[in-house]
Amino acid sequence: MGLPNIEMENFVETEYAQGFVTEIESDTLPPGLDEAVVRTISERKGEPPWMLEKRLTAYRHWLTMREPNWAEVKHPPINFQDISYYSSPKKKPVLDDLDQVDPELLATYEKLGIPIEEQKALAGVAVDAVFDSVSVATTFRESLAEAGVIFCSMSEAIREYPELVEQYLGSVVPHKDNFFAALNSAVFSDGTFVFIPKDVKCPMELSTYFRINEANTGQFERTLIIAEERSHVSYLEGCTAPMRDENQLHAAVVELVALEDARIKYSTVQNWYPGDNEGRGGIYNFVTKRGDCRGNRSHISWTQVETGSAVTWKYPSCILRGKDTVGEFYSVAVTKGMQQADTGTKMIHIGENSRSTIVSKGISAMHGSNAYRGLVRVAAKAENARNHTQCDSLLIGDRCAAHTFPYIEVKNPTAQVEHEATTSKVSEDQLYYCRQRGLSEEDAVSMIINGFCKEVFNELPMEFAVEAQKLLAVSLEGAVG
Amino acid sequence: MLTIKNLTANVDSKEILRGVDLDVKAGEVHAIMGPNGSGKSTLAHILSGRDGYEVTGGEILYKGQDLLRLETEERAQQGIFLAMQYPVELPGVNNMTFLRESMNAIRRSRHEAEIDAVSFMKLVREKAASVKFDQKLLKRSVNAGFSGGEKKRNEILQMAMLEPYLAILDETDSGLDIDALRTVADGVNLLRSPERSMIVVTHYQRLLEYIEPDHVHVLAGGRIIRSGGKELALELEAKGYGWLLEEAAA
Ligand SMILES: Nc1ncnc2c1ncn2[C@@H]1O[C@H](COP(=O)(O)OP(=O)(O)OP(=O)(O)O)[C@@H](O)[C@H]1O
Ligand SMILES: [Mg+2]
Repeated sequence: MGLPNIEMENFVETEYAQGFVTEIESDTLPPGLDEAVVRTISERKGEPPWMLEKRLTAYRHWLTMREPNWAEVKHPPINFQDISYYSSPKKKPVLDDLDQVDPELLATYEKLGIPIEEQKALAGVAVDAVFDSVSVATTFRESLAEAGVIFCSMSEAIREYPELVEQYLGSVVPHKDNFFAALNSAVFSDGTFVFIPKDVKCPMELSTYFRINEANTGQFERTLIIAEERSHVSYLEGCTAPMRDENQLHAAVVELVALEDARIKYSTVQNWYPGDNEGRGGIYNFVTKRGDCRGNRSHISWTQVETGSAVTWKYPSCILRGKDTVGEFYSVAVTKGMQQADTGTKMIHIGENSRSTIVSKGISAMHGSNAYRGLVRVAAKAENARNHTQCDSLLIGDRCAAHTFPYIEVKNPTAQVEHEATTSKVSEDQLYYCRQRGLSEEDAVSMIINGFCKEVFNELPMEFAVEAQKLLAVSLEGAVG
Repeated sequence: MLTIKNLTANVDSKEILRGVDLDVKAGEVHAIMGPNGSGKSTLAHILSGRDGYEVTGGEILYKGQDLLRLETEERAQQGIFLAMQYPVELPGVNNMTFLRESMNAIRRSRHEAEIDAVSFMKLVREKAASVKFDQKLLKRSVNAGFSGGEKKRNEILQMAMLEPYLAILDETDSGLDIDALRTVADGVNLLRSPERSMIVVTHYQRLLEYIEPDHVHVLAGGRIIRSGGKELALELEAKGYGWLLEEAAA
């Protein structure tokens, strides 16, 4: 720490080049992190004393930790004292007009078919009042309330449902878990809270989209989803549009708790700004996501399509604590340009007859580097645990890389753990064959890639799957040849 | 339909074609025979526009335009189809999806409406039956794990679906059982019409019994050294290429 941070400086420069106004608002704390900052955050948010205590404990522990360096990614050191840890959630838009936005970004929005008002919101342009008070969001909340589902911001949950938050927050990802989780636990800005009571099948897909008013949750997002006995919920996070953000470091924590017979399906499409072609200015995405299948027969499924960010470090995991629990992980990760991704999952089998499935598809193009890191651990008491891992890499061009790091730890002899891995290349021959049948090179690549990712796309909710396909096509445009 | 004049071409700076002349009129079927390594596939790939072949001289006119100026996919969109000697596998890409994408790409390029799902399904079923293509293979990935013969039949199915103006079949009959050979021939004959032409590259006279070419050419050492009617194929079957090569050398 304290080293001059070239990456950050460059980042700021890019922003200037693109016409961002870096007006510092009165309600933004100056850069730097100490106990006073943690106290200020908690105070500004009007939090109860127990919450402040949780934050302080996490902060003190974080001070004793060091940034991990085992991942297959390289980036200049992050200076944690250069970051501002609190800014007012109702920040003013940074731009007045779409004309001020990077034309390349706009072209991408165009291709993805994003409505103009949404484009503005994503690019950080002032939006119309009509859009800001999306009536659909209100209707949406009403029907959820009828079903007894709580779906609100984390700040609101801390105020309105303190006993739930106190009971569950940090129960899946304790602050001691890792460096970034500790940091998040100390300074998290906001996030999403979901509670599905017993026997309730959530009547609709919960999407962060409907919380666009409160989307400015910043770089240290915290999400907590609790599914009580026999309840079901499907949650969608993210957006196919490349999102600009003035924060370079994102260290989110997501915790899922599934009680007996509950089912949680968590889908992510991540497309944060990856930086320019040299990788400058892109987002560092260091996320801790974990689901706890606490009750017997509970089921947690992670599906992710990751195309954005300069550096991604992310392992959505399942703790299969109950008997007959099921954990699933379906992932597509794309790296191109100078993007780096080290992602994977952990399946921790503790309960008897627990089962897990891992399907990981990594696509690397140009200079992209993609690493899969997966841990399957079967504890001594986990009789008849089963895991199947399928880990496929697809290379486009010959300057990119793919790595696979499977870790398997089995302490029970009845376990069945299978691992399959393949690496393939989009070959000249394949492209020629497709072109000979009338397809353009781009159509050919996107067809081959959709074929490669099919098993994962099948897990996404229908609408999201279509968007994800389009997204992949757009992100890999020009990546061949 | 197709006129090739004094075509010379290199692969890896090695001269493979040394002055090929060929005139294929609409409605005609031409057979090209010749020893291994004589440049038959090279000629086929140059016609369909594969990268890596350097045309060093001569010209190719297709429907009156300079073919060499068109991109690979543009040639396909304008009706050139190559049934490849070694069809490529596309793991993960569903055979039907591939056929449909391909059809629609061609239609779009002609400003025609895309084919709807129902009509497409009907058409595939029909065509698959007509070329005796196992319907189960339609649901699999393109050519992935197909047997040699299945791959060749798949090429014929694609040809039947896309209805090209100029179809080039590069040894589609090699490695086929007798029944499959008939099927390939039927596929070609079904497509035969006054506005379509075909170039059939083969080593075997047998296929030509079913297809009946208008002209037979012998390509050797990068040149067409002999052209004739279908009786030339019979002569070659009986005598081999030796005598022709000697004559050409003389
Ligand atoms: N990519 C390449 N690199 C080097 N040499 C090549 C390449 N492609 C073709 N050749 C050479 O060009 C010559 C002609 O090959 P081609 O495949 O056209 O022959 P062919 O007449 O189709 O033979 P066959 O009857 O065996 O299919 C051969 O000597 C072959 O080795
Ligand atoms: Mg050949």
